[in-house]
Amino acid sequence: MTLQALTHLQRLEAEAIHIMREVVSEAEKPVMLYSVGKDSAVMLHLARKAFYPAPPPFPLLHVDTTWKFREMYALRDRAARKAGMQLIVYQNPEAVRRGINPFDHGGLHTDMWKTEGLKQALDLHGFDAAFGGARRDEEKSRAKERIFSFRTAAHRWDPKAQRPELWRVYNARKAKGESMRVFPLSNWTELDIWQYIHLENVEIVPLYFAAERPTVIRDGLLLMVDDDRFPLNDEKPVMRSVRFRTLGCYPLTGAVESRATTLPEIIQEMLLTTTSERQGRAIDHDQAASMEKKKQEGYF
Amino acid sequence: MDDIYKTDALITENIDAYLETHQHKTMLRFITCGSVDDGKSTLIGRLLYDSKMIFEDQLAALEADSKRVGTQGEKIDFALLVDGLAAEREQGITIDVAYRFFATEKRKFIVADTPGHEQYTRNMVTGASTADLAVILIDARKGVLTQTRRHSYLAHLLGIRHIMLAVNKMDLVGYDREVFDRIVADYRAFAESIGIIEFTAVPISGLAGDNIASPSAAMGWYDGPTLLNHLETVELDQSADQRKPFRMAVQWVNRPNLDFRGFAGTIVSGQIHSGDEVRVLPSGKTSSVAKIVTLDGDLERAVAGQAVTICLADEIDCSRGQVITAANSPVEVADQFEATVIWMEEDDMVPGRAYWLKLGPQTVSVTIAQPKYQINVNTMEHLAAKTLDLNAIGVAVVTTDRDIPFAPYEDSRDLGGFILIDKLTNRTVGAGLIHFALRRASNIHWQATDISRDHHASLKNQQPMVLWMTGLSGSGKSTIANLVEKKLARMNRHTFLLDGDNVRHGLNKDLGFTDADRVENIRRVGEVAKLMSDAGLIVITAFISPFRSEREMVRGMMQPGEFVEIFIDTPLDEAEKRDVKGLYAKARAGELKNFTGIDSPYEPPEAPQIRIDTTSMSPEEAADLIIAKLIP
Repeated sequence: MTLQALTHLQRLEAEAIHIMREVVSEAEKPVMLYSVGKDSAVMLHLARKAFYPAPPPFPLLHVDTTWKFREMYALRDRAARKAGMQLIVYQNPEAVRRGINPFDHGGLHTDMWKTEGLKQALDLHGFDAAFGGARRDEEKSRAKERIFSFRTAAHRWDPKAQRPELWRVYNARKAKGESMRVFPLSNWTELDIWQYIHLENVEIVPLYFAAERPTVIRDGLLLMVDDDRFPLNDEKPVMRSVRFRTLGCYPLTGAVESRATTLPEIIQEMLLTTTSERQGRAIDHDQAASMEKKKQEGYF
Repeated sequence: MDDIYKTDALITENIDAYLETHQHKTMLRFITCGSVDDGKSTLIGRLLYDSKMIFEDQLAALEADSKRVGTQGEKIDFALLVDGLAAEREQGITIDVAYRFFATEKRKFIVADTPGHEQYTRNMVTGASTADLAVILIDARKGVLTQTRRHSYLAHLLGIRHIMLAVNKMDLVGYDREVFDRIVADYRAFAESIGIIEFTAVPISGLAGDNIASPSAAMGWYDGPTLLNHLETVELDQSADQRKPFRMAVQWVNRPNLDFRGFAGTIVSGQIHSGDEVRVLPSGKTSSVAKIVTLDGDLERAVAGQAVTICLADEIDCSRGQVITAANSPVEVADQFEATVIWMEEDDMVPGRAYWLKLGPQTVSVTIAQPKYQINVNTMEHLAAKTLDLNAIGVAVVTTDRDIPFAPYEDSRDLGGFILIDKLTNRTVGAGLIHFALRRASNIHWQATDISRDHHASLKNQQPMVLWMTGLSGSGKSTIANLVEKKLARMNRHTFLLDGDNVRHGLNKDLGFTDADRVENIRRVGEVAKLMSDAGLIVITAFISPFRSEREMVRGMMQPGEFVEIFIDTPLDEAEKRDVKGLYAKARAGELKNFTGIDSPYEPPEAPQIRIDTTSMSPEEAADLIIAKLIP
């Protein structure tokens, strides 16, 4: 008998597919959170593999803030069509009404659009399981979160009352109103994600590749002026060759100066880089426990 | 530092070549076990640091944190890299299983980091369940301790084949070879006694970095592998699994259209080729593999660890939870097992209570008998036990409500390892490892009888029912039940009244009032009520039946709609005021133990079919109300 050593990426892929099939078998109404970033792209690609030749038997949900990069919106609609999946876009109506934006409202921006928006969308559609693309290597409180992460009817996460998770046996049982957040990419690292995108030719937002883009520097972050809603205070956007290591709302997402225009070049930069991925996100800068607190409140 | 952990020159010179080599990395999962001060977090922090997994911003944060809350003075406290949650940072201990990631040129590693205090068994069992290797940490100054024995026993119990003994803090014993040799000899004697035949021992210092990534200059006398070196070269479990017979548990049946029917699942052992003969269990039907389907095209073969979709040549029944195996090497099927049970919940296990058992993708109802014995995880002694409490491990008979395909845990983690789920809270309350099937189930067959339950009922010209009255002692259950039976008799209905006190004089006189005995009491009454309803009778029961789980269990035994839960709702202070039998007084005086409402809980029904408020109606009115609701 010839043995076939599976590579780490093959094992991670199989694990993610196994997790997705468990959710579809046990949840009443699953949904996949789709943020259009590279992790979402990989998760969607894995979903297509898990259920082929059927299309993934759940919709995609984009909890929109209206402040994403334009290129993200374009890819979002294209990717959903290609996968043959329904795309649900949700915008918190109160945030729409009050015109919540990252320039005037600080932390409220994330809280209302994302945390509250997500809870509202899940409640509105009665989704009882939501796939998310979070990875345990991203942040310390994530390292302790289960793959099947239980949420109360109020969407709260209790780090001290997590269910033990053994082998590949996942407990997806819950009472009415309670829900699960499920993280099929828990055991992937940033490098795994990039290598997989490269190997599998997964389509990602062009913003991950370097190009000349109009930018300003604010509070140490290199920000792209993606549309004319960006208020300029005597600043003149400068064309710089930049790319993004992580994507979110454009006024909150820092770019890095780069000449990497291919995936191998991106991976090369990543391997040689000396700062971690989330540094480009304004959300983590508060304090060490900020993410844990946000998660307890229902942030993904 | 060792050359292999330097940033690879290939990254700068030829990234494509670098990616090509790195796509062929394998993956090893391991667990680190140690007590609170053995330096476990420091070791993991060191591994991350030495394999360049720490970025500058994280390092800057780490340096700041080290000064603020660290325990190493001005030096970097590596433990802070791993101690994640705010709650544990405050307490200075890790409270849960955390997973860490690092990679070298050869492998990617996933480390399960588990804390070393009282919740240890639950967390360590969780971490060990997916690990290929266990690193057992020993403080060189302290040697083999009780905790070392416990960690080794649990690692071995969960089937970890590779044990690595890391004798840490060698810097604090002057890098003395004799200290190391003595600890290894002590450990060997113990390890052999519990069945660990082989292990690898390495003298290290997590703090100073000796023998972690690079050989220690201070310990020239040691010529074995470094810790990382061993992790990179040890054989993977997954290769061993591929040599075993083919098994795949079906997770999901893929039916996008009438022309396609595929069975999706993860291969747990062996290999499968297109054209191979297979058998589906528990049905035993055989077929052959028509194709192995993936998005990237059909495969000629697939191996253990892959998640695939298999189409069979014949239209045979196969659904979620069933197992597809090599035709000439099927797995066993049974409904009763001996198993090691690990309890993980604050509330004790209740022998006889129905829990959910999930094994692979199968979920079935299960009851666990009183343990044969409990295992003292520190001394390996067998102790007598009536139940299992949090973190206890015991051996017990488990009985499922139907046949399930399985394998002994020592042959297959996937087909022999199960979790237990509480039916009301849905929490994962325990885990189990199947030893072997008990043959009783296959030897007791159902005897088919010619006169059916419908026939019995039609002769009596009535619809059988079980009127289940539940409520506190002294709530009025027996009085109301008696009145209901009299009224039904007057209406020419055939009835039988099962009363709690009476049953305890006969059928259940061997049972006491512990939680486990209460469960068994109700189970027997449920079985008797079921036989009587099969005989066509209207059964009236009057039992405190304090637990929701058991009332639901009895409901599950009956035909749908036959079980009617009637809550005789009398508040505790009212029942105690009446105290017709003087029992509350005795319980308050401490003369009666485990008395419901006093020192044993009562779980009121959440949605009873009928609720009787005895503070606002007489027993006579209550009986009339019940009859009116049941017989329109």
